[in-house]
Amino acid sequence: MKPATAQPGLGIHETLGDARLQLAIYTATQRLIDHRKKAVASDVLPAYQDLRTLAHQIKRHTIEHLDYYLEQVEANVTARGGKVVFCEDANEVADFVLKLAKEKGERLIVKSKSMTTEEVHLNERLESHKLEAVETDLGEYLLQLAHQRPYHIVAPALHMTRHDVADVLTESLGVAREIEPEKQTKIARATLREKFLEAGIGITGANFVVAGSGAVVVVENEGNARLTSSAPRIHIAVAGIEKLIPSAKDLAVFLKLLGRSATGQPLTVYTSFLSGPRREDEPDGPEEFYLVLLDGGRTKLLADEGKRESLYCIRCGACLNHCPVYRKIGGHNYPWVYSGPIGAIITPQFHGIDTDPWLPFASSLCGACLEVCPVKIDIPKVLLKLRAEVTASGAKGKRERTAFRIWAWVMGKPRLFALFGSLAAHFSPRPKNGAWIRRLSWPMNPPPLPAWLSQRDLPAPAERSFRSQWKSRKAAR
Amino acid sequence: MPSGRVSLFVTCIVDQVFPSVGLAMADVIERLGYEVEFRQDQTCCGQPAFNSGYPEEAATVARHFLRVFEGAEYIVAPSGSCGSMISHHYAELFPRDAEMERRTHELEPRVYEFSRFLLEVAQTDDVGAKFDGVVTYHDSCHALREMQIKQGPRRLLGKVRGLTLKEMDAAEECCGFGGTFSVKFPEVSGAMARTKIDSIQKTGASTVVSIDSSCLMQLQGAISRAGLPIRTMHLAEVLASR
Repeated sequence: MKPATAQPGLGIHETLGDARLQLAIYTATQRLIDHRKKAVASDVLPAYQDLRTLAHQIKRHTIEHLDYYLEQVEANVTARGGKVVFCEDANEVADFVLKLAKEKGERLIVKSKSMTTEEVHLNERLESHKLEAVETDLGEYLLQLAHQRPYHIVAPALHMTRHDVADVLTESLGVAREIEPEKQTKIARATLREKFLEAGIGITGANFVVAGSGAVVVVENEGNARLTSSAPRIHIAVAGIEKLIPSAKDLAVFLKLLGRSATGQPLTVYTSFLSGPRREDEPDGPEEFYLVLLDGGRTKLLADEGKRESLYCIRCGACLNHCPVYRKIGGHNYPWVYSGPIGAIITPQFHGIDTDPWLPFASSLCGACLEVCPVKIDIPKVLLKLRAEVTASGAKGKRERTAFRIWAWVMGKPRLFALFGSLAAHFSPRPKNGAWIRRLSWPMNPPPLPAWLSQRDLPAPAERSFRSQWKSRKAAR
Repeated sequence: MPSGRVSLFVTCIVDQVFPSVGLAMADVIERLGYEVEFRQDQTCCGQPAFNSGYPEEAATVARHFLRVFEGAEYIVAPSGSCGSMISHHYAELFPRDAEMERRTHELEPRVYEFSRFLLEVAQTDDVGAKFDGVVTYHDSCHALREMQIKQGPRRLLGKVRGLTLKEMDAAEECCGFGGTFSVKFPEVSGAMARTKIDSIQKTGASTVVSIDSSCLMQLQGAISRAGLPIRTMHLAEVLASR
């Protein structure tokens, strides 16, 4: 995990100054916004709003009865010949995979896209033990080659243009430079096919884990997750404990929402139901199946009624695409693997608010995230609660608290408020012809005015406030 | 002829920085036949503290607000954001105080954002305004997403003689103000404003209209810095034009 930071790093400044990157982020997110908008339009999906409400209710029910469903899923997976492994933290996940690989004598592991394994830095751990773990989702594969973490929950290489992709492929695989996406895909495919055939272990994530049947549901567009789960002789699915849903009929709600919210697809190209190892009458599938369920800080959230809904997330990425802050600062300036609005609320809850106290404040509270969230997580509300926790912890310093205390006191004293207003109006510089202030010098530039003026001009306070003009207006009548 | 007594909540920013917006709002409401009052003890709604993580300080200000507007028939504000603070968030400020909670809920239904007051209480979309020019409308976030105000202001603008409304692509995108966000993350906030302004410029409109003065301060500040020939106007100012 990254070291604690009271302020965001210089990365934001650099990202904002990179015109090419800005265009790449804005264009890619706009495409996803447009696609989603069409896919949830009321003439296409009249029940969209009802489905959101239902999805929220199902998640709430499941999270509030998680102990029951965890037991149920364990029983059902076991009954189908699989094994459930509960892991308290990231290290335990890596320990389990390492131990299993050693026991079974496997050295090559293929992986399909999984944010949960990003949480636990699985690839780094495996590599440090001389195992080879290969990402098979095209975007994730490119990131692995480029030694980067995902930029986006759903579109991990969202920030890379095809020219960037060409550079990565040429530099790491030594192939001829290709800028056509189709040809680039073929290069990756050729390499990955070999890996699929050789690998003894396949690790997938899980979009949903059906407690009532023990099935793991994986949605994807490239077919690599299906191969990962079926070609190697061992399949490990890694999921956060919040991925549970009670029964397969709940999928009728979630599958309608997930693809549409993420990429605007009514359904993704592949929807795989993976339930346990191959049975005798089945032609293919793995010999062994393990479901790794990770807590990793999640149970801490269960105790907090006001913020618990953060666990309802189905990782569609819609809040990232629609967030005007994410669209400016991109994915890598968020401190953890989860970026955007959902990252801003779960990172401090999983890791503690002291780690990156600036994070809950990096939002204009515009509410676009809540508007598009398929499970209606009230992200602005949770951000506000986290902000209050940060200030209560003292992380914002005494000066700010004192300033707000004095401010609140003045707001309860109308005459004093009016007096301060007229003093400010009296001493403020007043550019000619009603123009706005471009710069201020000492002592007229106390914080936060320099921060404002770094980007924008400032209006001078009115020569006569409304309250003063109202008195004359009334007297004149 | 409608009748009733309207108590203006002009908001701290309109009071101190943009008084013409408050005066325009008073003019429009008076022309409709309402009696308009301004309670001199009013200050702020408390949102700056609330959004900065200081709910107790926000509650102090909210208590003052509730005292000032006790017994008011209609409370009308030239802002979706301040209006939403009162009607959507005040109740959260007094979690263990049944009396304050009761007073909050009693006040909530009487608080109106200006355009909503015209359409829902005064039941008019034509206030007889005249304004020559092409304008584009900026949806302020709290009005749009917390109060579901979308078509109302456009309906009102549609009835203004001489006015042409041209929609921008990014009408619903945040201007980047966000209260203290604008000074805590000035670079991000400034970049958001410039994206919005690009979208405004594409419409060819010479005026941007909104129902929140804080968004307009952000936009006008960035427009002025860029030296662009665009001005910002509050809906009340447009509707008061004749």
